[in-house]
Amino acid sequence: MKLNLKIWRQAGPNAKGQMVDYQIDGVESDMSFLEMLDLLNEKLIAKGEEPVAFDHDCREGICGMCSLYINGEAHGPDRLTTTCQLHMRRFKDGETITIEPWRANAFPVIKDLIVDRTALDRIQQAGGYISINTSGRTVDANNIPIPKKDADNAFDAATCIGCGACVATCKNASAMLFVSAKVAQFAQLPQGRVEAAKRVQDMVAVMDAEGFGSCTNTGACEVECPKGISLSNIAILNKEFILAQTK
Amino acid sequence: MTILKTSVAKKVAMALSGLFLVIFVLLHLAINLTLIYPGKEAFDAAVEFMATNPFIQLMQPILFLTFIFHIGMGIYLEWTNRSKRSVKYVNNNPGVASTWASRNMIWTGLFVLLFLIIHLFNYFVPFKTQEVPDHYALVIRLFKNPYYTLLYVIAFLALGRHLSHGFQSAFQSLGTPREKCNKALVITGKIIAFIVAFGFSAIAIYFYFN
Repeated sequence: MKLNLKIWRQAGPNAKGQMVDYQIDGVESDMSFLEMLDLLNEKLIAKGEEPVAFDHDCREGICGMCSLYINGEAHGPDRLTTTCQLHMRRFKDGETITIEPWRANAFPVIKDLIVDRTALDRIQQAGGYISINTSGRTVDANNIPIPKKDADNAFDAATCIGCGACVATCKNASAMLFVSAKVAQFAQLPQGRVEAAKRVQDMVAVMDAEGFGSCTNTGACEVECPKGISLSNIAILNKEFILAQTK
Repeated sequence: MTILKTSVAKKVAMALSGLFLVIFVLLHLAINLTLIYPGKEAFDAAVEFMATNPFIQLMQPILFLTFIFHIGMGIYLEWTNRSKRSVKYVNNNPGVASTWASRNMIWTGLFVLLFLIIHLFNYFVPFKTQEVPDHYALVIRLFKNPYYTLLYVIAFLALGRHLSHGFQSAFQSLGTPREKCNKALVITGKIIAFIVAFGFSAIAIYFYFN
Protein backbone atom coordinates (compact mmCIF):
# COMPACT_ATOMS: atom_id res chain seq x y z
CA MET A 1 0.00 0.00 0.00
CA LYS A 2 0.99 3.57 -0.67
CA LEU A 3 -0.32 6.23 1.67
CA ASN A 4 -0.28 10.00 2.08
CA LEU A 5 0.12 10.94 5.71
CA LYS A 6 -0.55 14.35 7.24
CA ILE A 7 1.04 14.30 10.68
CA TRP A 8 1.21 16.95 13.42
CA ARG A 9 4.88 17.74 14.12
CA GLN A 10 5.84 19.82 17.12
CA ALA A 11 9.41 19.87 18.45
CA GLY A 12 8.47 20.55 22.08
CA PRO A 13 5.81 21.82 24.48
CA ASN A 14 6.34 25.47 23.62
CA ALA A 15 7.36 25.05 19.96
CA LYS A 16 5.01 25.99 17.17
CA GLY A 17 3.58 22.88 15.53
CA GLN A 18 2.26 22.21 12.05
CA MET A 19 0.88 19.45 9.85
CA VAL A 20 3.61 17.84 7.70
CA ASP A 21 2.97 15.69 4.63
CA TYR A 22 4.70 12.32 4.20
CA GLN A 23 4.42 9.75 1.43
CA ILE A 24 4.95 6.19 2.55
CA ASP A 25 5.25 3.10 0.37
CA GLY A 26 5.44 -0.58 1.29
CA VAL A 27 2.70 -0.54 3.95
CA GLU A 28 1.13 -3.99 4.28
CA SER A 29 -2.54 -4.44 5.02
CA ASP A 30 -1.90 -6.69 8.04
CA MET A 31 0.31 -4.09 9.75
CA SER A 32 -1.17 -2.34 12.75
CA PHE A 33 -1.44 1.44 12.62
CA LEU A 34 1.53 1.77 14.97
CA GLU A 35 3.62 -0.63 12.88
CA MET A 36 2.89 1.63 9.91
CA LEU A 37 4.26 4.56 11.96
CA ASP A 38 7.28 2.40 12.94
CA LEU A 39 7.92 1.85 9.23
CA LEU A 40 7.66 5.59 8.59
CA ASN A 41 10.09 6.28 11.44
CA GLU A 42 12.62 3.76 10.11
CA LYS A 43 12.53 5.56 6.78
CA LEU A 44 12.85 8.97 8.48
CA ILE A 45 15.81 7.80 10.57
CA ALA A 46 17.49 6.33 7.47
CA LYS A 47 17.16 9.74 5.83
CA GLY A 48 18.61 11.42 8.92
CA GLU A 49 15.31 13.08 9.89
CA GLU A 50 13.70 13.25 13.32
CA PRO A 51 11.26 10.33 13.81
CA VAL A 52 7.63 11.01 14.72
CA ALA A 53 7.11 10.75 18.49
CA PHE A 54 3.97 8.85 19.55
CA ASP A 55 2.82 7.07 22.71
CA HIS A 56 2.55 3.29 22.84
CA ASP A 57 3.27 0.44 25.23
CA CYS A 58 1.50 -2.93 25.29
CA ARG A 59 0.17 -2.83 21.71
CA GLU A 60 -2.50 -5.27 22.88
CA GLY A 61 -5.28 -2.73 23.46
CA ILE A 62 -5.19 -2.90 27.25
CA CYS A 63 -2.66 -0.39 28.58
CA GLY A 64 -4.22 2.89 27.45
CA MET A 65 -0.97 4.43 26.24
CA CYS A 66 -1.69 4.75 22.53
CA SER A 67 -3.82 7.64 21.44
CA LEU A 68 -3.92 9.51 18.07
CA TYR A 69 -6.77 11.37 16.40
CA ILE A 70 -6.95 9.60 13.04
CA ASN A 71 -9.02 11.04 10.19
CA GLY A 72 -11.07 13.10 12.62
CA GLU A 73 -11.76 10.34 15.15
CA ALA A 74 -10.13 9.22 18.40
CA HIS A 75 -8.34 5.89 17.80
CA GLY A 76 -9.44 6.05 14.15
CA PRO A 77 -12.54 4.78 12.34
CA ASP A 78 -13.10 1.40 14.08
CA ARG A 79 -15.37 1.04 17.12
CA LEU A 80 -14.15 -0.55 20.37
CA THR A 81 -10.60 -0.45 19.01
CA THR A 82 -7.47 1.24 20.28
CA THR A 83 -5.00 2.69 17.77
CA CYS A 84 -2.63 -0.23 18.32
CA GLN A 85 -5.39 -2.68 17.36
CA LEU A 86 -6.38 -0.70 14.27
CA HIS A 87 -5.04 -2.36 11.13
CA MET A 88 -4.03 -0.93 7.79
CA ARG A 89 -6.53 -3.14 5.94
CA ARG A 90 -9.07 -0.59 7.20
CA PHE A 91 -7.54 1.96 4.77
CA LYS A 92 -7.39 2.08 0.99
CA ASP A 93 -4.28 2.19 -1.17
CA GLY A 94 -3.48 5.82 -1.98
CA GLU A 95 -5.61 7.17 0.90
CA THR A 96 -4.70 10.36 2.74
CA ILE A 97 -4.66 9.90 6.52
CA THR A 98 -4.50 12.79 8.99
CA ILE A 99 -2.88 12.02 12.35
CA GLU A 100 -3.18 14.52 15.20
CA PRO A 101 -2.54 14.43 18.94
CA TRP A 102 -5.43 14.54 21.46
CA ARG A 103 -6.54 18.17 21.60
CA ALA A 104 -7.48 19.59 24.99
CA ASN A 105 -5.89 22.31 27.09
CA ALA A 106 -5.79 19.77 29.93
CA PHE A 107 -3.64 17.54 27.66
CA PRO A 108 -0.75 19.80 26.56
CA VAL A 109 1.43 18.49 23.71
CA ILE A 110 4.83 17.24 24.86
CA LYS A 111 6.19 16.39 21.41
CA ASP A 112 4.59 15.61 18.04
CA LEU A 113 1.72 13.22 18.83
CA ILE A 114 2.51 12.74 22.54
CA VAL A 115 0.36 14.63 25.04
CA ASP A 116 0.62 14.92 28.81
CA ARG A 117 -2.29 12.94 30.29
CA THR A 118 -1.21 13.16 33.93
CA ALA A 119 -4.31 15.29 34.63
CA LEU A 120 -6.24 12.00 34.57
CA ASP A 121 -3.80 10.55 37.14
CA ARG A 122 -4.39 13.51 39.44
CA ILE A 123 -8.17 12.99 39.21
CA GLN A 124 -7.62 9.33 40.05
CA GLN A 125 -5.47 10.29 43.05
CA ALA A 126 -8.27 12.52 44.34
CA GLY A 127 -10.52 9.55 45.09
CA GLY A 128 -10.30 6.71 42.61
CA TYR A 129 -9.54 4.14 45.27
CA ILE A 130 -10.91 2.60 48.48
CA SER A 131 -9.17 3.26 51.80
CA ILE A 132 -8.84 -0.33 52.91
CA ASN A 133 -5.78 -1.88 54.43
CA THR A 134 -4.73 -4.57 51.99
CA SER A 135 -1.80 -5.95 53.96
CA GLY A 136 -1.91 -8.33 56.90
CA ARG A 137 -5.13 -9.88 58.13
CA THR A 138 -7.56 -8.89 55.35
CA VAL A 139 -11.03 -10.30 54.79
CA ASP A 140 -11.60 -12.22 51.56
CA ALA A 141 -13.55 -9.93 49.21
CA ASN A 142 -15.89 -12.78 48.33
CA ASN A 143 -17.18 -12.87 51.93
CA ILE A 144 -19.46 -9.97 51.02
CA PRO A 145 -22.26 -11.13 48.71
CA ILE A 146 -22.69 -8.81 45.74
CA PRO A 147 -25.51 -9.12 43.18
CA LYS A 148 -24.20 -10.39 39.85
CA LYS A 149 -25.61 -7.36 37.99
CA ASP A 150 -23.79 -4.90 40.27
CA ALA A 151 -20.55 -6.85 40.02
CA ASP A 152 -20.84 -6.93 36.22
CA ASN A 153 -21.60 -3.20 35.96
CA ALA A 154 -18.72 -2.34 38.29
CA PHE A 155 -16.42 -4.54 36.27
CA ASP A 156 -17.55 -2.92 32.99
CA ALA A 157 -16.76 0.51 34.46
CA ALA A 158 -13.38 -0.79 35.63
CA THR A 159 -12.39 -1.74 32.09
CA CYS A 160 -11.64 1.96 31.42
CA ILE A 161 -7.98 2.12 30.41
CA GLY A 162 -7.69 5.89 30.93
CA CYS A 163 -6.50 6.59 27.38
CA GLY A 164 -8.33 9.94 27.20
CA ALA A 165 -10.21 9.28 23.95
CA CYS A 166 -13.37 10.59 25.66
CA VAL A 167 -11.67 13.93 26.34
CA ALA A 168 -10.21 14.07 22.83
CA THR A 169 -13.59 13.38 21.25
CA CYS A 170 -15.78 15.57 23.44
CA LYS A 171 -16.59 18.95 21.91
CA ASN A 172 -16.09 20.43 25.39
CA ALA A 173 -12.92 18.44 26.15
CA SER A 174 -14.79 17.01 29.13
CA ALA A 175 -13.37 14.11 31.15
CA MET A 176 -16.77 13.05 32.49
CA LEU A 177 -16.75 9.56 30.97
CA PHE A 178 -13.37 8.79 32.52
CA VAL A 179 -14.31 10.24 35.92
CA SER A 180 -17.73 8.61 35.89
CA ALA A 181 -16.20 5.19 35.13
CA LYS A 182 -14.01 5.52 38.22
CA VAL A 183 -16.87 6.79 40.39
CA ALA A 184 -19.35 4.18 39.14
CA GLN A 185 -16.87 1.33 39.49
CA PHE A 186 -16.72 1.88 43.26
CA ALA A 187 -20.23 3.25 43.84
CA GLN A 188 -21.78 -0.07 42.83
CA LEU A 189 -19.78 -2.16 45.25
CA PRO A 190 -20.25 -2.29 49.06
CA GLN A 191 -16.54 -1.63 49.69
CA GLY A 192 -16.75 1.54 47.60
CA ARG A 193 -20.04 2.83 49.02
CA VAL A 194 -18.39 3.82 52.31
CA GLU A 195 -16.52 6.73 50.72
CA ALA A 196 -18.87 7.29 47.75
CA ALA A 197 -20.00 10.81 48.68
CA LYS A 198 -16.53 12.16 49.34
CA ARG A 199 -15.08 10.39 46.29
CA VAL A 200 -17.48 11.92 43.77
CA GLN A 201 -17.08 15.43 45.17
CA ASP A 202 -13.29 15.26 45.34
CA MET A 203 -12.90 13.77 41.86
CA VAL A 204 -15.30 16.29 40.28
CA ALA A 205 -13.46 19.16 42.01
CA VAL A 206 -10.08 18.05 40.61
CA MET A 207 -11.64 17.39 37.18
CA ASP A 208 -12.84 21.02 37.08
CA ALA A 209 -9.55 22.35 38.44
CA GLU A 210 -7.54 20.49 35.79
CA GLY A 211 -9.26 22.50 33.07
CA PHE A 212 -11.57 19.93 31.50
CA GLY A 213 -14.85 21.19 30.05
CA SER A 214 -18.30 20.24 31.30
CA CYS A 215 -20.46 17.40 29.99
CA THR A 216 -23.34 18.27 27.66
CA ASN A 217 -24.45 14.68 27.08
CA THR A 218 -23.65 14.55 23.36
CA GLY A 219 -22.69 10.90 23.83
CA ALA A 220 -19.68 11.12 21.48
CA CYS A 221 -17.36 9.78 24.22
CA GLU A 222 -19.31 6.53 24.53
CA VAL A 223 -19.16 5.97 20.75
CA GLU A 224 -15.41 6.63 20.49
CA CYS A 225 -14.37 4.86 23.72
CA PRO A 226 -12.24 1.83 22.76
CA LYS A 227 -13.53 -0.03 25.83
CA GLY A 228 -17.22 0.78 25.34
CA ILE A 229 -17.58 2.59 28.67
CA SER A 230 -21.29 3.38 28.89
CA LEU A 231 -22.97 6.77 29.41
CA SER A 232 -24.84 4.98 32.21
CA ASN A 233 -21.75 5.70 34.29
CA ILE A 234 -22.20 9.46 33.78
CA ALA A 235 -25.81 9.14 34.96
CA ILE A 236 -24.50 7.27 38.01
CA LEU A 237 -21.93 10.02 38.68
CA ASN A 238 -24.65 12.67 38.42
CA LYS A 239 -26.88 10.75 40.83
CA GLU A 240 -24.00 10.19 43.26
CA PHE A 241 -23.09 13.88 43.05
CA ILE A 242 -26.66 15.02 43.79
CA LEU A 243 -26.97 12.54 46.68
CA ALA A 244 -23.60 13.67 48.06
CA GLN A 245 -24.93 17.23 48.46
CA THR A 246 -27.46 15.97 50.99
CA LYS A 247 -24.78 14.43 53.20
CA MET B 1 -23.72 30.77 44.18
CA THR B 2 -21.38 28.31 45.92
CA ILE B 3 -23.96 25.59 45.30
CA LEU B 4 -23.29 26.06 41.54
CA LYS B 5 -19.52 25.92 41.91
CA THR B 6 -18.85 22.63 40.12
CA SER B 7 -19.53 21.73 36.50
CA VAL B 8 -21.87 18.91 37.55
CA ALA B 9 -23.98 21.23 39.72
CA LYS B 10 -24.26 23.68 36.84
CA LYS B 11 -25.57 21.01 34.52
CA VAL B 12 -28.08 19.82 37.11
CA ALA B 13 -29.30 23.43 37.29
CA MET B 14 -29.49 23.59 33.48
CA ALA B 15 -31.54 20.39 33.52
CA LEU B 16 -34.02 21.57 36.16
CA SER B 17 -34.49 25.01 34.56
CA GLY B 18 -34.84 23.39 31.13
CA LEU B 19 -37.53 20.97 32.28
CA PHE B 20 -39.44 23.83 33.92
CA LEU B 21 -39.34 25.71 30.61
CA VAL B 22 -40.62 22.60 28.79
CA ILE B 23 -43.71 22.64 31.03
CA PHE B 24 -44.22 26.32 30.21
CA VAL B 25 -43.86 25.73 26.44
CA LEU B 26 -46.41 22.88 26.50
CA LEU B 27 -48.86 25.02 28.49
CA HIS B 28 -48.33 27.88 26.04
CA LEU B 29 -49.02 25.52 23.13
CA ALA B 30 -52.24 24.32 24.75
CA ILE B 31 -53.43 27.95 24.98
CA ASN B 32 -52.39 28.70 21.40
CA LEU B 33 -54.34 25.71 20.15
CA THR B 34 -57.55 27.36 21.38
CA LEU B 35 -56.97 29.96 18.63
CA ILE B 36 -58.04 27.32 16.13
CA TYR B 37 -60.34 25.24 18.27
CA PRO B 38 -62.70 26.19 19.89
CA GLY B 39 -61.76 29.70 18.63
CA LYS B 40 -61.73 33.38 19.59
CA GLU B 41 -63.87 33.22 22.75
CA ALA B 42 -61.95 30.33 24.24
CA PHE B 43 -58.61 32.00 23.46
CA ASP B 44 -59.72 35.30 25.02
CA ALA B 45 -60.94 33.41 28.08
CA ALA B 46 -57.62 31.56 28.35
CA VAL B 47 -55.70 34.84 28.06
CA GLU B 48 -57.95 36.39 30.70
CA PHE B 49 -57.23 33.43 32.98
CA MET B 50 -53.46 33.76 32.45
CA ALA B 51 -53.64 37.51 33.14
CA THR B 52 -55.63 37.26 36.37
CA ASN B 53 -55.07 33.88 38.03
CA PRO B 54 -52.99 34.44 41.20
CA PHE B 55 -50.97 31.23 40.75
CA ILE B 56 -50.03 32.25 37.20
CA GLN B 57 -49.13 35.73 38.47
CA LEU B 58 -46.84 34.15 41.02
CA MET B 59 -45.25 31.90 38.39
CA GLN B 60 -44.66 34.72 35.90
CA PRO B 61 -41.61 36.28 37.60
CA ILE B 62 -40.27 32.77 38.40
CA LEU B 63 -40.62 31.88 34.73
CA PHE B 64 -38.88 35.10 33.71
CA LEU B 65 -35.96 34.39 36.06
CA THR B 66 -35.76 30.78 34.86
CA PHE B 67 -35.47 32.00 31.27
CA ILE B 68 -32.72 34.45 32.24
CA PHE B 69 -30.89 31.72 34.19
CA HIS B 70 -31.17 29.00 31.53
CA ILE B 71 -30.04 31.36 28.74
CA GLY B 72 -27.30 33.02 30.78
CA MET B 73 -25.89 29.78 32.15
CA GLY B 74 -26.14 28.14 28.71
CA ILE B 75 -24.10 30.94 27.11
CA TYR B 76 -21.60 30.93 30.00
CA LEU B 77 -21.10 27.13 29.79
CA GLU B 78 -20.68 27.20 26.01
CA TRP B 79 -18.18 30.06 26.35
CA THR B 80 -16.08 28.29 28.98
CA ASN B 81 -16.32 24.89 27.27
CA ARG B 82 -15.00 26.41 24.05
CA SER B 83 -12.00 27.76 25.91
CA LYS B 84 -10.99 24.22 26.94
CA ARG B 85 -9.58 23.39 23.51
CA SER B 86 -7.47 26.30 22.28
CA VAL B 87 -5.88 24.37 19.38
CA LYS B 88 -8.59 22.88 17.18
CA TYR B 89 -8.35 19.68 15.16
CA VAL B 90 -7.32 20.13 11.52
CA ASN B 91 -9.54 17.18 10.62
CA ASN B 92 -12.49 16.57 12.91
CA ASN B 93 -15.41 14.30 12.19
CA PRO B 94 -17.89 14.73 15.07
CA GLY B 95 -20.91 13.69 13.01
CA VAL B 96 -20.06 10.00 13.31
CA ALA B 97 -20.35 10.00 17.10
CA SER B 98 -23.02 12.52 18.10
CA THR B 99 -26.18 14.17 16.79
CA TRP B 100 -26.32 17.63 15.21
CA ALA B 101 -28.87 18.71 17.82
CA SER B 102 -26.61 17.74 20.72
CA ARG B 103 -23.64 19.70 19.34
CA ASN B 104 -25.60 22.81 18.41
CA MET B 105 -27.67 23.48 21.53
CA ILE B 106 -26.14 26.97 21.74
CA TRP B 107 -27.24 27.91 18.20
CA THR B 108 -30.75 26.49 18.41
CA GLY B 109 -30.99 28.11 21.84
CA LEU B 110 -29.76 31.51 20.64
CA PHE B 111 -32.18 31.44 17.71
CA VAL B 112 -35.05 30.79 20.11
CA LEU B 113 -33.72 33.68 22.24
CA LEU B 114 -33.78 35.99 19.21
CA PHE B 115 -37.38 34.99 18.59
CA LEU B 116 -38.21 35.39 22.27
CA ILE B 117 -37.00 39.01 22.27
CA ILE B 118 -39.01 39.82 19.14
CA HIS B 119 -42.00 37.99 20.60
CA LEU B 120 -41.83 40.02 23.81
CA PHE B 121 -41.77 43.33 21.95
CA ASN B 122 -44.37 42.38 19.35
CA TYR B 123 -46.76 40.67 21.60
CA PHE B 124 -46.17 40.59 25.32
CA VAL B 125 -45.52 44.33 25.72
CA PRO B 126 -48.61 45.45 23.72
CA PHE B 127 -50.62 42.88 25.70
CA LYS B 128 -49.57 44.38 28.98
CA THR B 129 -49.86 48.02 27.97
CA GLN B 130 -52.97 48.21 25.79
CA GLU B 131 -56.03 49.55 27.56
CA VAL B 132 -58.55 47.18 26.00
CA PRO B 133 -56.45 44.58 24.29
CA ASP B 134 -58.03 42.42 21.66
CA HIS B 135 -55.70 39.50 22.08
CA TYR B 136 -57.12 37.47 19.25
CA ALA B 137 -56.90 40.30 16.70
CA LEU B 138 -53.30 41.08 17.71
CA VAL B 139 -52.25 37.46 17.17
CA ILE B 140 -53.96 37.18 13.81
CA ARG B 141 -52.46 40.47 12.63
CA LEU B 142 -48.94 39.27 13.45
CA PHE B 143 -49.41 35.98 11.63
CA LYS B 144 -50.45 37.87 8.48
CA ASN B 145 -46.89 39.19 8.27
CA PRO B 146 -44.92 36.66 6.17
CA TYR B 147 -41.55 37.59 7.72
CA TYR B 148 -42.89 37.17 11.24
CA THR B 149 -44.50 33.83 10.37
CA LEU B 150 -41.32 32.59 8.69
CA LEU B 151 -39.20 33.58 11.68
CA TYR B 152 -41.80 32.00 13.95
CA VAL B 153 -41.73 28.67 12.11
CA ILE B 154 -37.91 28.55 11.98
CA ALA B 155 -37.71 29.42 15.70
CA PHE B 156 -39.99 26.54 16.61
CA LEU B 157 -38.13 24.12 14.36
CA ALA B 158 -34.99 25.23 16.23
CA LEU B 159 -36.76 24.72 19.56
CA GLY B 160 -37.81 21.26 18.37
CA ARG B 161 -34.18 20.33 17.71
CA HIS B 162 -33.20 21.89 21.06
CA LEU B 163 -35.74 19.72 22.89
CA SER B 164 -34.95 16.56 20.93
CA HIS B 165 -31.59 16.57 22.72
CA GLY B 166 -32.42 18.66 25.77
CA PHE B 167 -35.26 16.60 27.20
CA GLN B 168 -33.41 13.29 27.54
CA SER B 169 -30.18 15.13 28.34
CA ALA B 170 -31.87 16.79 31.32
CA PHE B 171 -32.82 13.43 32.80
CA GLN B 172 -29.31 12.11 32.19
CA SER B 173 -27.99 15.15 34.11
CA LEU B 174 -30.37 14.38 36.96
CA GLY B 175 -28.98 10.85 37.13
CA THR B 176 -31.97 8.77 36.07
CA PRO B 177 -30.86 5.15 35.62
CA ARG B 178 -29.94 5.03 31.98
CA GLU B 179 -30.39 1.39 31.13
CA LYS B 180 -33.93 1.44 32.56
CA CYS B 181 -35.20 4.81 31.33
CA ASN B 182 -33.13 6.07 28.43
CA LYS B 183 -35.11 4.57 25.56
CA ALA B 184 -38.40 5.87 26.95
CA LEU B 185 -36.88 9.30 27.63
CA VAL B 186 -35.40 9.60 24.13
CA ILE B 187 -38.74 8.68 22.56
CA THR B 188 -40.71 11.01 24.88
CA GLY B 189 -38.24 13.82 24.13
CA LYS B 190 -38.61 13.33 20.39
CA ILE B 191 -42.42 13.29 20.69
CA ILE B 192 -42.42 16.50 22.77
CA ALA B 193 -39.98 18.09 20.30
CA PHE B 194 -42.25 17.17 17.39
CA ILE B 195 -45.42 18.36 19.15
CA VAL B 196 -43.79 21.72 19.98
CA ALA B 197 -42.19 22.28 16.56
CA PHE B 198 -45.21 21.10 14.58
CA GLY B 199 -47.90 22.49 16.91
CA PHE B 200 -46.69 26.11 17.07
CA SER B 201 -45.68 26.19 13.38
CA ALA B 202 -48.97 24.72 12.18
CA ILE B 203 -50.98 27.36 14.03
CA ALA B 204 -48.87 30.16 12.53
CA ILE B 205 -49.13 28.74 9.00
CA TYR B 206 -52.87 28.15 9.39
CA PHE B 207 -53.51 31.80 10.24
CA TYR B 208 -51.16 33.06 7.55
CA PHE B 209 -53.25 31.34 4.88
CA ASN B 210 -56.68 31.91 6.48
